[in-house]
Amino acid sequence: MSTLHAAYDATSADLDRLSSHLVARAAEANLVDVAYVIDDSPLGRLLLAATARGVVRISFEIEDHDAQLARLARQISPRVLAAPARLDQLRRELDGYFAGTRTRFSVPLDRSLSSGYRRSVHEHLSTIPYGSTESYAQVATLLGKPKASRAVGTACATNPLPIVVPCHRVVRSDGTLGGYAGGLPAKRALLDRERAEHN
Amino acid sequence: MATLTIPYDLAVREHGPTVLRVCRAVLGSDVEAEDAWSESFLAALQAWPELPATTNVQAWLVTVAHRKAVDIIRRRVRHAVPYGDLPEPPPDAGPDHSAALDLRRAVALLPERQRLCVAYHHLGGLPYNDVAALIGGTPAAARRAAADGVAALRRHLAQNDPEEP
Repeated sequence: MSTLHAAYDATSADLDRLSSHLVARAAEANLVDVAYVIDDSPLGRLLLAATARGVVRISFEIEDHDAQLARLARQISPRVLAAPARLDQLRRELDGYFAGTRTRFSVPLDRSLSSGYRRSVHEHLSTIPYGSTESYAQVATLLGKPKASRAVGTACATNPLPIVVPCHRVVRSDGTLGGYAGGLPAKRALLDRERAEHN
Repeated sequence: MATLTIPYDLAVREHGPTVLRVCRAVLGSDVEAEDAWSESFLAALQAWPELPATTNVQAWLVTVAHRKAVDIIRRRVRHAVPYGDLPEPPPDAGPDHSAALDLRRAVALLPERQRLCVAYHHLGGLPYNDVAALIGGTPAAARRAAADGVAALRRHLAQNDPEEP
């Protein structure tokens, strides 16, 4: 009986209102384990996700946002909801960064998606200053394993918090860019922007 | 046992409209239906990480909605609120809108078991076994009640619009 279905259809405005109300109540009850928002940026649409501890994941559109949300559901918790309020500080800081008025991030991070050697690489990345770069080999040496530059490359490629944890500041010893999860044009844009602001 | 790892967001988007239709048909009132919807999705969010991977999500959500609707009906009985507060059509409503409200009035006038069987099976997609488990009785009885309900609604539609097959 399709007429019956149609008689009880709700408008999308009704459903949106109910969903936002649900998100607000879920947040009050501490039931939003992963809050996310998808936001426009000069590098395309970014997926921004946070747990109660801090920002846990930033991903680029070419990484497929739906696939990334499904991964967060598996890796952290399936209580994943579009709850933009928790990302407000990050969004303000990213706006400032892209506008050239901010050179470091102070938003709390949840680094639970990186562990082991990768975790130590990711923590080191946060010490590379705005506007400068290090090579994969330099990072490997600084972390006490001079032969591990490939592992450093893998760690950079799997950085769960790109832009904020600046894996884009690691390049090859010969000055070429190496790789980037957001695509090489994004990496080049970030480095050019930082150099321009820095000088 | 493996558990479900679907982002909850997706379940709300995919099944939210169905659960709201069921709540509206069971409760009659849009205001109460929205309360039942919110309570259902909040309770479901709580249980979400523990659900077995094999769960039929829509059927499970309809079951949760049934329990929340029963809670609301119990409160209603205590406070002696009459059934339903079906919205009046807005003055500029087209013929489709009035027809929809008319059909909803007809559903509201069905005997309770028929109304529940129509709501859970035809709107909620619940198999008759599950419907029977929710409201009691046998699956065969649930099937008959739903069929009687649909027949009554067809008669109602035919009376009001002879063109309708």
